[in-house]
Amino acid sequence: MSAFEAAAGRDDGWRDRQPMAAHAAHGQVSKRIIVGYGFWIFLLSDIVMFSAFFASYAVLVGQTAGGPSGRELFDLRNTAIQTACLLLSSFACGLASIGAQTRRGSWFYGAMAATFVLGAAFVGLEAREFAGLVARGAGPTRSAFLSAFFTLVGCHGLHVTAGLLWLLTMMAQVFAKGYRADILRRMLCFSLFWHTLDIIWVALFTVVYLMGAGQ
Amino acid sequence: MFGKLSWAAVPFDQPIPLIAAALVGVVIIGVLAWVTLKGWLPYLWREWITSVDHKRIGIMYTVLAMVMLLRGFADAIMMRSQQALAFQSEGYLPPEHYDQIFSAHGTLMIFFVAMPFVIGLMNFVMPLQLGIRDVAFPTLNSVSLWLTATGALLVNISLVAGEFARTGWLPYPPLSELTYSPGVGVDYYLWALQISGVGTLLTGVNFVTTVLKMHAPGMTYMRMPMFCWTTLAANLLIVAAFPILTATLAMLLLDRYLGFHFFTNEAGGNVMMFMNLIWAWGHPEVYILILPAFGIFSEVIATFSRKPLFGYRSMVMATMAICVLSFTVWLHHFFTMGAGADVNAIFGIASMIIAVPTGVKVFNWLFTMYGGRVVYSQPILWSLGFMVTFVIGGMTGVLLAMPPADFVLHNSLFLVAHFHNVIIGGLLFGAFAGYTYWFPKAFGFRLHEGLGKASFWCWIIGFYVAFMPLYVLGLMGMTRRMQHYDVPAWRPWLLIAAGGAAIILAGIILQIAQLVVSIRRRDALRDETGDPWDGRSLEWATSSPPPAFNFAVLPHVEGEDAYWAMKQRARRQAKLGEEPGYTAIEMPRNSPTGFICAFFATVMGFALIWHIWWMVALAALGAYATFVAFAWRDRVEYVIPAETVARIDRANRSARSQALVAMQAAP
Amino acid sequence: MAPLVLTACEPAVLDPQGVVGIAEKTILIDSLAIMLAIVVPTIAATLGFAWWFRASNARAIYLPDWEYSGRIELIVWSIPLLTIILLGGVAWIGSHDLDPAKPLASDTPPLEIQGVSLDWKWLFIYPNQRVASVNQLVVPAGVPLHFSLTSGSVMNAFFIPRLGSMIYTMNGMTTRLNLRADAAGTFRGLSSHYSGDGFSDMHFDVHAVPPEQFAAWIEDTRNTGPTLDAASYAALARQSMNTSPSAFRAADPALFQQIVTQQLPPGPGPRTGRPHPSVSPRTED
Repeated sequence: MSAFEAAAGRDDGWRDRQPMAAHAAHGQVSKRIIVGYGFWIFLLSDIVMFSAFFASYAVLVGQTAGGPSGRELFDLRNTAIQTACLLLSSFACGLASIGAQTRRGSWFYGAMAATFVLGAAFVGLEAREFAGLVARGAGPTRSAFLSAFFTLVGCHGLHVTAGLLWLLTMMAQVFAKGYRADILRRMLCFSLFWHTLDIIWVALFTVVYLMGAGQ
Repeated sequence: MFGKLSWAAVPFDQPIPLIAAALVGVVIIGVLAWVTLKGWLPYLWREWITSVDHKRIGIMYTVLAMVMLLRGFADAIMMRSQQALAFQSEGYLPPEHYDQIFSAHGTLMIFFVAMPFVIGLMNFVMPLQLGIRDVAFPTLNSVSLWLTATGALLVNISLVAGEFARTGWLPYPPLSELTYSPGVGVDYYLWALQISGVGTLLTGVNFVTTVLKMHAPGMTYMRMPMFCWTTLAANLLIVAAFPILTATLAMLLLDRYLGFHFFTNEAGGNVMMFMNLIWAWGHPEVYILILPAFGIFSEVIATFSRKPLFGYRSMVMATMAICVLSFTVWLHHFFTMGAGADVNAIFGIASMIIAVPTGVKVFNWLFTMYGGRVVYSQPILWSLGFMVTFVIGGMTGVLLAMPPADFVLHNSLFLVAHFHNVIIGGLLFGAFAGYTYWFPKAFGFRLHEGLGKASFWCWIIGFYVAFMPLYVLGLMGMTRRMQHYDVPAWRPWLLIAAGGAAIILAGIILQIAQLVVSIRRRDALRDETGDPWDGRSLEWATSSPPPAFNFAVLPHVEGEDAYWAMKQRARRQAKLGEEPGYTAIEMPRNSPTGFICAFFATVMGFALIWHIWWMVALAALGAYATFVAFAWRDRVEYVIPAETVARIDRANRSARSQALVAMQAAP
Repeated sequence: MAPLVLTACEPAVLDPQGVVGIAEKTILIDSLAIMLAIVVPTIAATLGFAWWFRASNARAIYLPDWEYSGRIELIVWSIPLLTIILLGGVAWIGSHDLDPAKPLASDTPPLEIQGVSLDWKWLFIYPNQRVASVNQLVVPAGVPLHFSLTSGSVMNAFFIPRLGSMIYTMNGMTTRLNLRADAAGTFRGLSSHYSGDGFSDMHFDVHAVPPEQFAAWIEDTRNTGPTLDAASYAALARQSMNTSPSAFRAADPALFQQIVTQQLPPGPGPRTGRPHPSVSPRTED
């Protein structure tokens, strides 16, 4: 048994105490459902926020102020690699969820590490793209279009970065405390978050990169 | 080292803000000193500041709202007196000061009075009405409260250091852009709202989850009290609308801090986009405010007519219709921007359509009273005042929704009169009705009747005297936000309006007196049974104040007006229901997370405003560390033993038994 | 008391002097009347029910379980619905008839006026007459006026209450407004959208005069005063409060377009402040 598995097996019987606590505190519905439901509502609100940024992008996409437009700036190859990284990281995240549910340390830590690497690659590629644009004089202060572009894509990138920080914290939590019920609930929230970012990316690269490059 | 901050930012050369800041400072330090010397700090920390109990959090929200009401009202008195004096003169408030005052007045009243007031009442009442022990996420609830307090604190700090925004309560660009507002004022506004906006959004998530997923056994959706339905609708609106505010203010922040061009005049910025985005939030916001007030009136009118609410299903439909329709009307806030006849007409018609479900509600309240036995308590007085006043305000609203009428009334004092008509007559009267109605439940003793009724009359008379002249002034062509004027015909009306403000001041003083007197005479005003009004919903089944766990055993619900049915059965059988089997109860532990989070948020907000970047980084780190510390907790709940539960519940049952016996004895 | 009452009458919106304002007043009064027909009985019923069904009134019927009536529900939904359908029709027709950009029906060709809101004054250019004025507007009575409006800084709104509709002014954009003064008179004009510290001074007198007098005024203006060009415009665009009315003798007709397209950049903001502009800006006096 590896050190990871020994550590992962730490389980102080919290699971058994959950039903009574859940019932007494909340009536009939389990804590896991409540936490998941609440987090979904939060994610919906986050999607509304992204919609506002999408809307502002749509309004400002033509306002290039005599500067470069999407067609001149977007590198679809880079976007494709970013997409592959993010989609694969979602898959890895799914594997990590299964690893957590089945309490298999090798699956959990391995898949989480893969998720991190792929997510970090996504953020790294995006940071490189942004730096390149700024160096070319196409930074966010150049025009309203570029302000909207950097904000929309950057907001998504910030969410992914926050997700990476959360990911590391989840790994540390599992390492320190094992597969406790409340930590598993947080893992559920994390994976919902990660998958949602994936969905938003699909909308993003369609509206911004594919439609922008095609103009 | 300290960014833009220096001693010169303190208004030593401006007597009015200096005196105001000094006064506020004296009050705060005085209260802190008194509390410390009396030895109450440990108690306050343990029982209130770190509390995750929805009842305590609800009370703290309400206290915040009422304290901010005093500050916002002080701004109002200054505005009214300036306008009364400034006929062909500069008055006593120079423009750069007057502009901050009306901006602060609106900002405080909407975000730090109205919102906390309704959120506080929803917090306290909704879990009790649903027959559950707490909201879905108690610690998050505490975080929301303290982040809201942070926003209020930041706005007030602007009195002492720097200035507040001079843009009005909505910072329209390009006036709010760096070119035309290079000062820190707009930054104070933006960060205060972004931080408290996070708190509000979390409340929305919390309450939607609670209302949709947590009920006492047997309480289906169609058996929920009307107040819970309006809580649901208002919080769905929070979840759907506040992210738009966050995004829009973030865009303005990016323009101001990083030189972006969302709304600037140059490089393609689009000012009209700000108007659309901000009002896409702004209109649902006013429904977030009014829907809980509608819920309060449904509860109060039914209880004090001693009849069930008329047309419950209709009311539910009307509530959800208002919820959805509130997203379809936002353009009526800028008919005069020139969108064209088709667009204006469609939004005008949509704005009128939303008056239909509102009208339905008013009629249903009317028919709730019909065939009832109306008791003239304080809450019902506020409700009657609301019904008369809100209907007038709604009428002027539909008038303004008519684009050709709006073309001559937009931004005038007619508009100002309209929205104060619906906010004061609707929201504030509702909040006061809720306050007087649920005060005994929260504290165990009633509020003094006479002083309360006197304050009501001062408020309603004062309201009409202060705001009816504004309708006239709007028709006389006076626009809003004027620091001085030279039209003689306007002066008498502004003097009358100032008089009205003074009458409202009397009302507020009476409310303060009422609170002091009620606390002094609390034993005489004691609520022994927990049901002082012969209520109909489950919160009246608990003692006053309820124990930490609300219900010893979650009640089993069989219909609408759940508690009424239980009570009628007890009265018929001349005894209480069977004593339940008591079990131990697990409750969430208190946590300083909310307070500490808010501390770091305050520091971060202040540092961002003054461009003290190292402080921003440290505060962000501190906030993250707080999250991690919270996540690392091992013990999240504590157990109340069955004997304690039994003892507490038996005491209440015995009080109710005695009341039942007394009731049977009396003819 | 009497002088107080007499001075307190300055109806403005309810005493329009132009065809647009007259139509808007009609819509206002009609809509109000329709709604009062609902609102007054509702208020009366509220007070009436609350009084008649008071707990101490033993004569009133007590229906402790009455909480639904299909017939009442039908009426309760229908009354607001029908009212709104009626008002909606008025809204549709009124919005189209009184669209600010819609030219007025008239035999006389409209007078073109270009308006620019600045901090904190109004600049009016008569492109065909090649004169301009600041904080005053002289127009011929009975002639339709076609306003093209923009802003040289922040958002404002152009409004002459006695003549009718207002419309926003925004930098980089042109908004259009059609008004007419039916008879001669002096009316108050103002900005009805808050634009900063000097906002209260953004009012101007509108002198509607017989067409001959208007032509005479144009002639007089052409003979005195400075010229309006890029340089004098830049001076105007700087922030100033309480600007007295003045006129320009020769206005460059291309100026307005240059302002709209931002060839002439929008005015600068405040330059001074306490302790400096980035903390608490202040307008130079």
